[in-house]
Amino acid sequence: MENIKEPIQQLNEIRNLMERSSRFMSLSGLSGVAAGIFAIAGAGIAFFYLDFDQRYFDINRYFTEMSYHKFSDSWLFIALDALIVLSLALFSGIYFTTRKARRKGLKVWDSTARRMVISLFVPLATGGIFCLILLYHHLVFLMAPSTLLFYGLALINASKYTLHEVRVLGISEVILGLMAAWLVGYGLLFWAIGFGVLHIFYGLMMYFRYEAVK
Amino acid sequence: MKEIINKLNKQFENRIRLGIMSVLMVNESVDFVTLKELLDTTDGNLASHLNMLEKNNLIGVNKSFVRRKPNTRYQVTDSGRIAFREHLDYLNMLIKNNDK
Repeated sequence: MENIKEPIQQLNEIRNLMERSSRFMSLSGLSGVAAGIFAIAGAGIAFFYLDFDQRYFDINRYFTEMSYHKFSDSWLFIALDALIVLSLALFSGIYFTTRKARRKGLKVWDSTARRMVISLFVPLATGGIFCLILLYHHLVFLMAPSTLLFYGLALINASKYTLHEVRVLGISEVILGLMAAWLVGYGLLFWAIGFGVLHIFYGLMMYFRYEAVK
Repeated sequence: MKEIINKLNKQFENRIRLGIMSVLMVNESVDFVTLKELLDTTDGNLASHLNMLEKNNLIGVNKSFVRRKPNTRYQVTDSGRIAFREHLDYLNMLIKNNDK
């Protein structure tokens, strides 16, 4: 067992170790599915809370005094809604990922996990602060595209240290973010697609590729 | 030259040494404990293989203290990188020859 003579076996061992030592493989697809479900629920609540003018607003009307005041009444509720979605998604993500690592007998918080989290959170925290600044300037209509763009870039950055699917998810989020910035009034819809539908789709894909018992 | 390559290839046949090199190729530097966990081996066994690789100038060692605990980190040297690439080429060649 100490010596490996077969070249194919050697190459397999090399690839396996390179991947295990540099990529965080325990990321669970189910955490994506859970985050997606919470995001759709949160977007749904926001959708029914806001009245029609605020769901799909017109950029020209947005800058008039009236609609601006109307939105500022409801933004506290929306911020609370978003915060709850974020924490639920984070907790379920940690839960499912820890579960997957335990099942495989791996440590969750190792050097690959640390690297992935750092490379994810640097662009993500930047985006978070940027969104608070947008809020401060009352540029609420740019919030949905900004969260999608920064989240997508964070995923692309973190994908170097985890499963390859994360990269494609990141690129999709960036494309959606750009579309949302173009079609300004439909932020909530793009947000629900990006954080809801895409998470569920890629989460299921990762789950069936790496976790489901065959 | 051929003999040297042959000797190197023999070096990499060992599971632990091959593993150390694979891990160091894709990481800037790795500490002893992480290597031990990744390769699932004992302290003594890992240390002796690391010594051998260091003696052949394939890896470099960096000793320091982290929170007063000794922390030994390893990284691959330039000659180690070249030797490992050559070993990969050699493996590919063997596989191609087998296919014929």
